[in-house]
Amino acid sequence: MTDETRVATAPAEVPAAERPAGGERPSGGERPSGGDRRGFRPGTAGGPRGDSGPGGRKYFRRKKVCKFCVEKIEAINYKDIRLLAQFVAESGKIVPRRLTGVCTPHQRRLSSAIKQARNIALLPFAGRAS
Amino acid sequence: MNRTYELMFIVRPDMAEEDQDKLISTLEAAVTSSGGQVKNVERMGKRRLAYTVRKFHDGIYLLLTVEGSGGLIHELERRLRVTEQVIKFLTVRIDEEQKRLDKIKALREARRKTSPPPAEVASDAPAATA
Repeated sequence: MTDETRVATAPAEVPAAERPAGGERPSGGERPSGGDRRGFRPGTAGGPRGDSGPGGRKYFRRKKVCKFCVEKIEAINYKDIRLLAQFVAESGKIVPRRLTGVCTPHQRRLSSAIKQARNIALLPFAGRAS
Repeated sequence: MNRTYELMFIVRPDMAEEDQDKLISTLEAAVTSSGGQVKNVERMGKRRLAYTVRKFHDGIYLLLTVEGSGGLIHELERRLRVTEQVIKFLTVRIDEEQKRLDKIKALREARRKTSPPPAEVASDAPAATA
């Protein structure tokens, strides 16, 4: 389960390059302590909520956006397997909104389209398409 | 009461082309006899199924776009169910979705029409000075 969710979130998140280089100080880098921390990682200074005081976020996470809203895709059709397959995990499950960032109205259409595609054997119910 | 439906059905992979034609023409006859209209016939060809259906791993996908009443669809589904070569079928009503898409499209067109004037002025100005 955990393995699968990690796979699904990976493309939606900012790669590790945004994170501070903790190689120099493996233990100190993790625990923020005063002004030292600010000077330590200048790379994240531009982030919106990257360094919000001690005990804040450890690393920067990009805001997820709805693919359908951004690319103005209105037609979510059960025949468009390429589109639907992006929102189906390896196991055949529909990837939840919290991982993909799809907005509620679009997720509703998406899930019904995926279910229709499953019915007509375009997408698997479980497991990979054989 | 005319509605538009999409009938997608899968026939056995070993079904001959002539037999498919025969099946389609009988369905078309059933549609026209009950006051409907076949708008489009599409052969999507042979594809691998996402899961086994009646011990088949492949199937020939056919798509019919039909305009007619609910009773007609009921009759068509009954026919598909009794036809041995058809291994799976799915009927989707598409007119309401199409209406929604047309509305969005019209809205976008209208918005585009209202926005050009300032854009044209902006593009004219440098041309005049140049």
